[in-house]
Amino acid sequence: MWFTQKKKEKFMHFAFFLVAAASVAALFMITLFLFLEGIPIFEKVGFTEFLFGNYWYPTSEPADFGIFPLIIGSLAITIISALISIPLGVMSAIYLAEIASARLREIVKPIIELMASLPSVVIGFFGMVVVAPILQDTFDIATGLNIFNASLMLAFMSVPTICSLSEDAVYNVPVNLKEASLALGATQLETIFKVTLPASISGISTAVILGMSRAIGETMVVLMVAGGAAMVPESIFDPARPLPACIAAEMGEAPYHGDHYYALFAIGIVLFVFTFIFNFVADYISHKYKQTGDATL
Amino acid sequence: MDKKLKIRSKNLNFYYSQFKALHDISLDFYENQATALIGPSGCGKSTFLRCLNRMNDLITGIRVEGSILIDGKNIYDPSIDVVSLRGRVGMVFQKPNPFPKTIFENVAYGLKIKGIKDKNLIAEYVEKSLRAGALWDEVKDRLNNTALGLSGGQQQRLCIARALAVNPDVLLMDEPCSALDPIATQKIEELIHDLKKSYTIIIVTHNMQQAARTSDITAFFYMGKLIEAGKTDTIFTNPALKTTEDYITGRFG
Amino acid sequence: MRNSTSAANNLHDHEITTIHERQLQLRPEFKKVFHVKIQKRKKLFQHLFYFLFRLAAFINFAALAIIIYFILSNGLNAITWEFLTKPPVDSMTRGGILPCIIGTVCLSICSVSVAFPVGVFSAIYLNEYAKQGFVLRVIRLCINNLAGVPSVVYGLFGLAFFVIYLEMGVSIIAGALTLGIMTFPVVIGSTEEALKAVPDTYREASTGLGATKLQTILRVVLPTALPGILTGGILGISRAAGETAPVMFTAAVFFSPKLPSGIFSEIMILPYHIYVLATAGTEIEATRELQYGTALVLITLVLSMNLIAIIYRAKLRKKTKI
Repeated sequence: MWFTQKKKEKFMHFAFFLVAAASVAALFMITLFLFLEGIPIFEKVGFTEFLFGNYWYPTSEPADFGIFPLIIGSLAITIISALISIPLGVMSAIYLAEIASARLREIVKPIIELMASLPSVVIGFFGMVVVAPILQDTFDIATGLNIFNASLMLAFMSVPTICSLSEDAVYNVPVNLKEASLALGATQLETIFKVTLPASISGISTAVILGMSRAIGETMVVLMVAGGAAMVPESIFDPARPLPACIAAEMGEAPYHGDHYYALFAIGIVLFVFTFIFNFVADYISHKYKQTGDATL
Repeated sequence: MDKKLKIRSKNLNFYYSQFKALHDISLDFYENQATALIGPSGCGKSTFLRCLNRMNDLITGIRVEGSILIDGKNIYDPSIDVVSLRGRVGMVFQKPNPFPKTIFENVAYGLKIKGIKDKNLIAEYVEKSLRAGALWDEVKDRLNNTALGLSGGQQQRLCIARALAVNPDVLLMDEPCSALDPIATQKIEELIHDLKKSYTIIIVTHNMQQAARTSDITAFFYMGKLIEAGKTDTIFTNPALKTTEDYITGRFG
Repeated sequence: MRNSTSAANNLHDHEITTIHERQLQLRPEFKKVFHVKIQKRKKLFQHLFYFLFRLAAFINFAALAIIIYFILSNGLNAITWEFLTKPPVDSMTRGGILPCIIGTVCLSICSVSVAFPVGVFSAIYLNEYAKQGFVLRVIRLCINNLAGVPSVVYGLFGLAFFVIYLEMGVSIIAGALTLGIMTFPVVIGSTEEALKAVPDTYREASTGLGATKLQTILRVVLPTALPGILTGGILGISRAAGETAPVMFTAAVFFSPKLPSGIFSEIMILPYHIYVLATAGTEIEATRELQYGTALVLITLVLSMNLIAIIYRAKLRKKTKI
């Protein structure tokens, strides 16, 4: 009896471990298959030519596989959306954690969590049918489906991530630090800028990076709203074709194990590497600069 | 001994929403004296202390009746600026709470808040404050190290120095030694003894010996009421009321 | 020790005079710098910034409200009994969205039945068994990265691995497995939070009574954490229901004349249907109402599930706090 119980314990411990290790296996398989299906394109196109080539004409004869315009499109949209979402997200986080009354906070925080759950296709749809015509009329431009519109919609998608994670960081700054500052005659605002924010900066940076990582990998919004032109954009009202949109739009037509198919997987690799770096940096920051603050004796 | 009146609390009532935490507290504090507030947990002594620099304002749903006069001015008057009030009434907390910055930055914080930009002046005040906090000799070679690397007792003296740097008249101390070991406690008590020569000190403590050692006046709180206040010697040797005697002799609390 | 005590005593002798001096001499200086004007300016700044912070929070709120308002006001007309219970007709320019609703429900349930057990088991391992160290660090890093992999990359992986390599074809099972891998970090997150909220005293009490670790987990920890874990399941379902990119190559099709008959059928789903109607339909303008209607059904589905989970979780958090 005692023996079997002990065996059972050991067996279950191992079983739990195996399932947890599935995440490692999953990540490994994803990496493996991306590279397996993406690498063959580099037999046709050089690595630098692929990354920095200016022309993306995958279906013409001979085909051109240069994803530079796509990378620029992705970066432009991510950066512009970050310019909108970072201030908006961090400021809302400060509002929620420091200014709003406990009651209001209990209402507003779930609403922001709810924003995060809106399906991206709905936001893309909204950008297409509502925002695009408005932009087109107000700025008198050729198309409302452009970088600016996509950035706006993407910002809307990454604000909840940034806000909710930064809010946690700001909220968790120990009260006694804030009290110390106030007791020294600092105003609430000075306390926020000089004590609370510096103490939570690692959490906020992690939030910002994860928000941007979400933005760069987001597909449906940029597929529907960015306009889809594979050219290096010259203004924020130009259409663009970001990496994820390119994959989503063309995978359906790419013949299996053709060059186009391989090229799309190679784009997947680039995207994967981008987000991998973002996540790695976020992980590094949150470990290295673990939120200290509460004095330990 | 003639002492100048510094703070006068007149019929102070304090409520956390529905709960009445302080009943009709009237108590005077004099310049260059240390007053100890003693009493069992939850008796309202800390709440009262935090009324004196309006730290309780941060809690929602509180209400104050009555008045607290500092140098003759009611600090609950609407015309009073809370921020400059807190600059005049410094506070040291129960748990050492240095900012996660360098030792120098910690002390300089209040000076910069006050708008002092002159670097030499700041350095001068930082040194003076650290000396006054009896910490200078221990940290003068590592002012740019993080304050979190100091021991608990050093951190608490740093917090005292930080409070002194903004040059307050009054220093509130909320059980400043409760998180410290006996040796660190002794140092803080010596420091309090020195500081009261130039500041009005009000100290909340759980520790009866500490109250006896450091204070001139002792006020005993129980169930939100001020039971008895008087010269520390008198309170500890010959209290007027039975409740006070019971508490001091350790029969409850 | 002796040194510092004497330092304190020295301070008593000569430093005190400096403190006195400071109080007497430097006070005017402070007054000069710390002028009323600065005080006023500070107040103004505070008001200004507080206004900005409030504004930021309000903008978020307003944006959400506007989106929901547009979908609701335009989509409500489309919602009829017929719309919800009939398949699309006339090249999807008229008719209903029944196959999409069924498809979305099937797909999310299947994917959660993949993600939920894996997520819960992983979380139990991470929270109850694993010891701090290299292995734990690696597993966590992998989970974090899985949570960050772009959805379209999951789609690529699902296509290459499930659809083609394992020869599942474009089917519910391929889509569900893809979505399952994608959503199980969500389940892990919620489950871990729920497990952490179980007080250690429960565990100690149980082991103190002679229960083994497994018995403690099964009989004490899991029952206590169950509501929180289920919340994670609901969030997983709603995430799976709203995703488009991972399933557009693995499970979803433009149009399917039949309802799904098994896990190897291809299906229509709501998010993809919106995308198809809005970008590639035969009559984009004419089917606006259908698009709004489909979007309304989708957000009602997703938001209501999230709302339930959020409210439920808020209640739980309050309970565990007391």
